Amino acid sequence: MRSNATQYDLIAPNSLDAVLQILADSPDRYTPIAGGTELMVALGAGRLQSKKLVSLWNLDELRFIEVAPDAIIIGAGSTFTDIRKHPIIAEEFSILAEAASWTGSVANQNRGTLGGNIVNASPAADSPPVLLAYDARLTLISIRGTRTLPYRDFHLAYKETTLELDEILHSITISRNLIGYKPYIRKVGTRNAQAISKVAIAALARMNDAYIEDIRIGAASLREYPTRLTAAEQSLVGKTITPATIAAARAAVLTEARPIDDIRSTAKYRATVAANLLEEFLHTLE
Amino acid sequence: MARTPQIVGQSPLRKEGKAKVLGRAQYVDDITLPNMWFGATVRSTIPRGRITSIKFDPAIPWHEFTIVSAADIPGENTIVHLAKDHPCLAVTHVNHVEEPILLLAHPDRAVLPAAVAAVHIAYEELPAIYTIEESEKKEHIIWGEGETANTFKTYLMQKNQTPIPDEIWQEADFIVEGEYRTGAQEQLYIENNGVIAEYDPESGVTVRGSMQCPFYLVHALTLVFNLPAEKCRVIQTETGGAFGGKEDFPSVIGSHAALLAMKSGHPVKLCYDRAEDMAATTKRHPSRTRHRTAVSKDGKLLAGEIDFAIDGGAYATLSPVVLSRGTIHAPGPYLWPHITVRAKAMATNIPPHGAFRGFGAPQSIFALERHMDKIAKTVGLTPEELRRRNLLSTGDRTATNQLLSDPVDMQHLLTKALRDSNYHAKRRQFDHENPTSTIKRGIGFATFFHGAGFTGSGERRLNSLVEIELTPEGQPRILVSSTEFGQGTNTILCQIAAQTLHLPYDQILIAQPDTTHVPNSGPTVASRTAMIVGKLVERAAQSLRNTLLASSHLSDNYSTQDFRRAALRFLAQHGPLKAEARYESPGNIFWDDETYSGEAYPAYAWAVYVAEVAVDTTTYAATVTSFHALQEVGKVLHPILATGQIEGGIAQAIGYALYEKCLWRNGHLTNNQMTNYIMPTSADLPPIHVTFEETPSPHGAFGAKGIGELPMDGPAPAILNAIEHATNIAFNEIPLLPEDIFERMTATPDSGTEDLNPAIAGPVFSEATA
Amino acid sequence: MKRLLDVLREDLQLTGAKEGCGEGECGACAVLMNGDLVNSCLIPALQVEGARITTIEGLAIDEKLHPIQQCFLEEGGAQCGICTPGMILATHHLLEKHTQPTLLQIQEGLNGNLCRCTGYMRIFEAVQQASLVGTAK
Repeated sequence: MRSNATQYDLIAPNSLDAVLQILADSPDRYTPIAGGTELMVALGAGRLQSKKLVSLWNLDELRFIEVAPDAIIIGAGSTFTDIRKHPIIAEEFSILAEAASWTGSVANQNRGTLGGNIVNASPAADSPPVLLAYDARLTLISIRGTRTLPYRDFHLAYKETTLELDEILHSITISRNLIGYKPYIRKVGTRNAQAISKVAIAALARMNDAYIEDIRIGAASLREYPTRLTAAEQSLVGKTITPATIAAARAAVLTEARPIDDIRSTAKYRATVAANLLEEFLHTLE
Repeated sequence: MARTPQIVGQSPLRKEGKAKVLGRAQYVDDITLPNMWFGATVRSTIPRGRITSIKFDPAIPWHEFTIVSAADIPGENTIVHLAKDHPCLAVTHVNHVEEPILLLAHPDRAVLPAAVAAVHIAYEELPAIYTIEESEKKEHIIWGEGETANTFKTYLMQKNQTPIPDEIWQEADFIVEGEYRTGAQEQLYIENNGVIAEYDPESGVTVRGSMQCPFYLVHALTLVFNLPAEKCRVIQTETGGAFGGKEDFPSVIGSHAALLAMKSGHPVKLCYDRAEDMAATTKRHPSRTRHRTAVSKDGKLLAGEIDFAIDGGAYATLSPVVLSRGTIHAPGPYLWPHITVRAKAMATNIPPHGAFRGFGAPQSIFALERHMDKIAKTVGLTPEELRRRNLLSTGDRTATNQLLSDPVDMQHLLTKALRDSNYHAKRRQFDHENPTSTIKRGIGFATFFHGAGFTGSGERRLNSLVEIELTPEGQPRILVSSTEFGQGTNTILCQIAAQTLHLPYDQILIAQPDTTHVPNSGPTVASRTAMIVGKLVERAAQSLRNTLLASSHLSDNYSTQDFRRAALRFLAQHGPLKAEARYESPGNIFWDDETYSGEAYPAYAWAVYVAEVAVDTTTYAATVTSFHALQEVGKVLHPILATGQIEGGIAQAIGYALYEKCLWRNGHLTNNQMTNYIMPTSADLPPIHVTFEETPSPHGAFGAKGIGELPMDGPAPAILNAIEHATNIAFNEIPLLPEDIFERMTATPDSGTEDLNPAIAGPVFSEATA
Repeated sequence: MKRLLDVLREDLQLTGAKEGCGEGECGACAVLMNGDLVNSCLIPALQVEGARITTIEGLAIDEKLHPIQQCFLEEGGAQCGICTPGMILATHHLLEKHTQPTLLQIQEGLNGNLCRCTGYMRIFEAVQQASLVGTAK
């Protein structure tokens, strides 16, 4: 089943307001498209149902990175290259820069956007685990105004989010209060580059002497959407790192992970490797 | 007085390289002909069954389209390879998913996908089979009957045509058995299959396109159109990779486009996109090899029984020849006092498999070189020592009783390869470090050979012809049907001619293969171009030179200008000059197809490949961290091209071993996308160290033997031997993916790649999509 | 809607950019958009409005090969040539960012350009040679 681009219509208004108006006027007819690194693939494979597209590409209102004293606000239209290049992100949010660096190829990073990565709601997407670990907040926008919610609450079910039909993702806000957290990120793909994730872990931990004071673990491909491994987190907070706590954390991962067999990998592989990644992180904290 | 500079053995610039780096090279999809239409193929969606109805959705303006069915075929509804079992278009039955049923053409390329989807075909499904085992059971016969039920071909190869005496087995100190499997592999040339066809009632059919063997397509067209060969013109366009995937398949796509051109009255371009090319065209034959070996306690091979089976897909195509090469290479570069190889090619309801670099040898060599390490372990010898006690040497006879009269020194190659790769020190180092490391490292090797040219009497049958003409400007131009698709055909043939004619490389031209202008120098396959065709170019060039020298317009030690002047004078006096050379079978090459014995190949390239691997026990992923490739190849005609061939072949073989898995479900290839069929990127390959040794062969031009396929044979077993060293687990099936390593290493059932669920393509598409 | 790749190949007859996969995996369609390497098979033409596009045809000056092209030719970086236009543009993009790239940077810079023929070794050689020649311009 394939299709041809000429069967589709794309309009490119030059302001966010114009886009929001179009979405409000005909919410179920226009699909927003930013860099197109996902939607154009679907189109070529004949799997893009909506024949009408409205472009978000390069809108100033969406493509920005703003540094405030206590937070960084990343416009949803920022590309992965924009993110990689930003000095504050590279310094204070290193695992976000890393995730961006292994999202697709260099060419796809020049076009793919953080907003697209979130809104496409793939459980395997590279940035979401990081955003979960950072407790990011999302700002959604429509003709009716904006609303903000924790990213943790964005995904409802497989490929289903809280985004209303006339809403788009405006920006992602991350607090700059994570000094002293030790980061970890690892993606296990089918090869070293240009790979969709089989499983990935992004984590941050704050240590107090030998105790884990706070730990956040974001994971890809362990549930039907990107998730925090809260059971594992709870098993670790306030603990020192011993063989017993590692074993308990591993066991917790195996209870809360519900991965699937798909075209890329198997459930049991994903679950065990996720536990292995967490253990790898914990050893670095010793 | 001109001294001939050495051209052969140097690395002059690729003949067509400038156009390629400028982006000016014309591949078939870059070409537009006036009034050209576009074609598409309507294909079976089931693996086996009877067509019960074909309906055309009235939403499409069908009157704008040309529609071709089997009824439109003027000649035979067959794509001829060796047999005639392969329909050009299905009529009543289909035997594989993607089997072509109808063809459509339209002036607007954009409307074709919807049109294809609007042809509704209903079937009565029949039981389908997908594996060698299911085929062997013969519960469902999908091809042939009686003796040949489900069986395209069998071979029995027995040394000295005598069965192995029972005493050998009874008295052997060890009997070692093993079973080894290899999966399908997609050639994944970056340019998909494509052609443009034209038809004229007077002059006949013209097809231009991406291909390896223009005269194969000519032959196919003569049958489909019931036309003589002179009315079937085929032109090879710049071809973006082939690797065997464009050896026999162009006969299919070329015939289809030509039929559309005939019926529409327009030139028709038929180019596949990636999804269609991956799903519908040929792949490497999957294989299953069973070894049973009698070994003495000194590690001498006493006797071997090898059962070699390949899966040919739904139609025979080239399976008999793939089987042949796999059979002959199954015993490897060893001295076997007794050996019996029983080989068979089985039918399944999968799109027919075809040629892919190596052509049966990577399959049987994988099995053998894994088995040799198993024998070594069983007997208590190192892998190296076992090889040393059994490797063939000059004056020995191979498994087909061929006398190795050309010098061969595998002992030396083995010593050098192990030294260059620091094998022994690394083995000790890894043994020492592995117990306390999460990364397990290993090093392993394979010793192997690859026969150059067609098997046995094949070259005699091909009867290749090469011509060199003088252009009106007095320049030599080579006329061959040998095609360039990256491996360097144009360059090396021009080097050979230049060296022989004592002219600069830049002076030599080579014509685009157009079957109305070039003779049939045979297909561009089987690692034969440098050796067989190169030798003919050398002889034809010599003949051209002699003619001009004899004409007295030219004397020895001529300069380039002398040659040009003499050529022009000759042309003015005598008219066109074309020198030719036809294949002459070496007097001492005898091959018996009945007993499968004799001189299987005129020459062999010999090799030792060493692979270093790392297995990460956190992710269970194995990667190749370093690779050493040592081979003796006769004469290296062009060092950069030759090195590039070896490196490229090794990269493909690393993919074959560790990354490239074809995921079939009910006969459908579910991962027919580059996203989901995993080929190594630049970030996945190790440093590859290539070294050549040269023992000139009397058969090839300037001593050259073939190298195109050799690098495909060794890496997979070397890598799995290394992984066994790293993990102490014997893996005997490729591709070996992390899930498979995980399953064995942790003894977790139902977690390996047999448990992938291809029905879930997972997160490739967004919420907005199906 | 048209893809940038189709506009280049069909409307402008610039056939240097190739369609190898149509899904942004192989990089054979790569061009430079305002100096950034992008896969033209994934770009709706309307999104290119106002941008400067460089294709392989734009690299050589008159008939003189760009140094990157010359190095690919000399080092055997092109075999069948179908990946070559995209690979050369990716190299150009890389060398603009890193004039003396390490092997790791070369591998990363080219990780979106698949080559089935070379095994990448000769391509890395070509890139390293080009960086020595000093090809930032």
